Amino acid sequence: MTLDTVKHATETPDAEQPWAELGLKKDEYERIREILDRRPTGAELAMYSVMWSEHCSYKSSKVHLKQFGEKAPESDALLVGIGENAGVVDVGQGYAVTFKVESHNHPSYIEPYQGAATGVGGIVRDILAMGARPVAVVDPLRFGAADHPDTKRVLPGVVAGIGGYGNCLGLPNIGGEVVFDPCYQGNPLVNAGCIGVMKHEDIHLAKASGPGNKVILYGARTGGDGIGGVSVLASETFESTGPAKRPAVQVGDPFQEKLLIECTLEIFKENLVAGIQDLGGAGLSCATSELASAGSGGMRVELDTVPLRDATLSPEEILMSESQERMCAIVEPQHVDRFMAICEKWDVIATVIGEVTEGERLEIFWHGEQIVDVPPRTVAHEGPVYHRPYARPEWQDALQADDAAKLPRPKSADELRAQVLKVVGSPNQASKAWITDQYDRFVQGNTVLAQPEDAGMVRIDEESNLGVAMATDGNGRYAKLDPYTGAQLALAEAYRNVAASGARPLAISDCLNFGSPEDPGVMWQFAEATRGLADGCQELGTPVTGGNVSLYNQTGETAIHPTPVVAVLGVIDDVTRRTPIAFAEAGQLLYLLGDTKEEFGGSAWSDVVHGHLGGLPPAVDLDREKLLAEILISASRDGMIDAAHDLSDGGLVQAVVESCLRGGAGARLVVPDGLSAFTFLFSESAGRAVVAVPRSEELRFTDMCGARGLPATRIGVVDGEEVEVQGEFRIPLAELRTAHEEAIPGLLA
Amino acid sequence: MARVVVDVMLKPEILDPQGQAVQRALPRLGFEGIADVRQGKRFELEVEGPVDEAALARIHEMAETFLANTVIEDFVVKVESDPAKAES
Repeated sequence: MTLDTVKHATETPDAEQPWAELGLKKDEYERIREILDRRPTGAELAMYSVMWSEHCSYKSSKVHLKQFGEKAPESDALLVGIGENAGVVDVGQGYAVTFKVESHNHPSYIEPYQGAATGVGGIVRDILAMGARPVAVVDPLRFGAADHPDTKRVLPGVVAGIGGYGNCLGLPNIGGEVVFDPCYQGNPLVNAGCIGVMKHEDIHLAKASGPGNKVILYGARTGGDGIGGVSVLASETFESTGPAKRPAVQVGDPFQEKLLIECTLEIFKENLVAGIQDLGGAGLSCATSELASAGSGGMRVELDTVPLRDATLSPEEILMSESQERMCAIVEPQHVDRFMAICEKWDVIATVIGEVTEGERLEIFWHGEQIVDVPPRTVAHEGPVYHRPYARPEWQDALQADDAAKLPRPKSADELRAQVLKVVGSPNQASKAWITDQYDRFVQGNTVLAQPEDAGMVRIDEESNLGVAMATDGNGRYAKLDPYTGAQLALAEAYRNVAASGARPLAISDCLNFGSPEDPGVMWQFAEATRGLADGCQELGTPVTGGNVSLYNQTGETAIHPTPVVAVLGVIDDVTRRTPIAFAEAGQLLYLLGDTKEEFGGSAWSDVVHGHLGGLPPAVDLDREKLLAEILISASRDGMIDAAHDLSDGGLVQAVVESCLRGGAGARLVVPDGLSAFTFLFSESAGRAVVAVPRSEELRFTDMCGARGLPATRIGVVDGEEVEVQGEFRIPLAELRTAHEEAIPGLLA
Repeated sequence: MARVVVDVMLKPEILDPQGQAVQRALPRLGFEGIADVRQGKRFELEVEGPVDEAALARIHEMAETFLANTVIEDFVVKVESDPAKAES
C-alpha cells in the first residue's frame, strides 16, 4: 500500500475516503477539506475522526457545559479550573489537591476486567499529569438488575479489574457507589475518580511552548490497543458492532504505571518539563494536537521513531492507538539528558519523537515523508459544535403525575417491620462490603475513612493531620423524574456526605452519563441536568473543576436513566476530628436534623416494595444544605457529636440501621409528633442527617442548632442490641445484619 | 480416554505484561537472543467417550464461552491422543 502523504493527497483530490466508517458525518468531512484546502491524508483523517468524536470533542455537550464556567461561583480555593487534565484546588498549608471523575462505561461492558482496570489507569495518569502524586481512588458503579445473569458476568470482572489495578499501584480505594437498576443492563456505568496531592509550586499544565523544545514520548511501547476505541467504542451504540468489527481492547499493566508515576514525579521534582500530557483516549493524536494547540501551535513529529510493540502498525494506527501507560512531555533541550537518565533509572522507555517549532502547524512525518500538516487547534479545540435539538419527552408529565404518595402503605406494625427488613436487605440498600472488601482501602496508611462511611477521607500531612474527603453520589431514579432536581440532589447528597464526615466542601467534579444526544428527549435531560448542576454549584459556592461526559449509553431506543454523578471534594484541618457513621456507645442521644416531609417519589421504598418509579423527587433547598453542612462541620470540630450519617435513599431507617451495624449498638427510636411512623422511617426528604450526641454536649449542640435555625428533633437514644421503634416494632441487630450483609454475596458470590 | 488440548493465547495486538516480564528477565539470567515472548494457557481435557465431530463441537463451544476470553484471546483445539483411533 502506498503511503498517503500530504503530497499524494494534494495530487489525488478525488480519492474515496472512509470518513463514514470512521464515524464522521458528511458535513464534518467537508469541513476538514475546507480547513486543509485539500482532502486529508489517511493519517489526518484518522486524527480528525478520533478527535472530533463525541468522546473527545464534547460536540453535543459543549454548549451546555459552558454554564459551569459562566455560573462558576467566586472561590479562592480554585487554582486551576476547567480545561486542563484536571482541576486543582487549594487546601491550605501550601498543599493543592487535584481530582477528577471519568467514565469507562463501554469498554467495561465489552471486557469488564480490562475495561475497568484501564479506567483506573487513565484517571490516575490525568491526575499525575497535573504534577500531583495520586493518593486515592473512588469508583461509582452502576449495573443491571442484581439478579440478572449478565450482571454476574460484568460485575465481578469490573470489581476485580478495579481492585487488581488499584491494588497493584498501591492506591487505596476509599469510596464510590454500587447501584443496580435494569436500565443499566446493556450499559453498565463504570466511573472512576482519583485524588492527587501536590505543593502549589508543583502544578504542571499541558502545553507545548518554546521552539526547539523536544517532544518526548515515554512509558509503554505502542501497540494495536483500542484502535478506533475512542470513536467507535465511546461514541456509537453496540448494536451495529458485530464481533468481527470489535476493536482491540486495551490491556493495562499496573506495574508499568507504577514506574511511570515514580519516574514522572522525579522528573517534576527536578523541574525538567515545560509541558506534559497523559495519553488516554485518542492516544498520540490527542496528546500532540492538544499540547501544540495549547502552546504556540508549531510541532514536528517523526512518527517512525515511536517505539512499537507490533512493527506492522501503520502510521494511522500508531496515531490512533490507545496503548496504556504512556505520557508525552515537552522538555527544553538542556534537560533532555537528565530526563532520559531518570527514565532509564525507572526502566521506562523514553524517546524524543519531535520538537516544538516556530510555525503554527502540527507536522507529522513517516520515514521522512510528510503525512500530516494541520493547524492543531482545528483538531483539538475547534472541532464541531452541535446545538442539538432538545424537547421535554412526552411521557414526562405522565411519569410525574404517577405520584408515589398514592402507593399503598403498610397497614400494621408487622407489615412496616417486614418492609424495613426488605428495604435494608434489597440489593441497592444492602451492604456493599462484599465488593469494597476486594479493594485495598488502607494501603499507604493514610486512610481515615473509607466505605461504608459517608465519605472517604485521607490524611495528606502527617505532622498537621490535614486531610481531604471525597464523596460521590448520583441517583438516576430521581434524575429520570426531574433531571434538573435530580442533578441538584446528587450534588446536595455528595456535599452533605462530605460535611457529615466533618470536612468542608470546596469543589466538585462530575461524570455525566446519558443516552444518545441525537434523541431530543435525552438531550433535554442533559440540558436540564447541567443547568441544575451549574445553578446548584453557584448557590453552594463549589465550582466545577472538570469532569467527563459519557453519551450513547443506550441499547436500541432505550436510554439509561439520566445519571449525573457528582464528586465533592472537601478539606478537614485535622483528621482526628472526623465524624464516623457508627453508633457505638449506649446513652448517646439521637437527633434528626432537618425537616421530614411526605416525599416518596423515586424512593427506595417505592422501588423495593412496589417496583414503582413516578411522581416528583424530593425538593431541594440548597440554603438548608449549606446550613446543615455548617452545623455538621462545627459540631465535628468542637467535639459536639460522636457520629453523623446523612439521610438519602432508604430514608432515616436505612441510616440508623447502617450506623447501628457499623458500631455494633442498637437504637431506641420514638416517632416525633406530627409524623407517621412510615413517613418518619422511609421519607427521602433532602437536607437531613442523623447525629449521635453525647449527653454532656446535648445542650451546647441544641443551642447551636436553635441559634442558627436548623430544626433538630430528638428521636431516640443508642441502646441495647436491637433497633426499636417505640409502639411499632423491634428488630434484633443480628436479624438486620443478616438481611443487610448477606444479600449481595447471596446474589453474586 | 482421549486427550484434547485447548491452547489459549492473547490475540497478537493485545498487550501481554507477563510475556514482557519474562522477556526482560531472560537477558538478566544470561539467555540472549530472544526478541519477544508471549505467554498463553494450555488446557488438557480428558474426554469421556469418542472424540467425534459432536464432541469437538462441544469442546469448541466450551473454549469459546469459558476457557478463552474471545474478546482478547484466540484459541486452538487439538486432539492429542485418541485411543479409539490408535487401536484401529
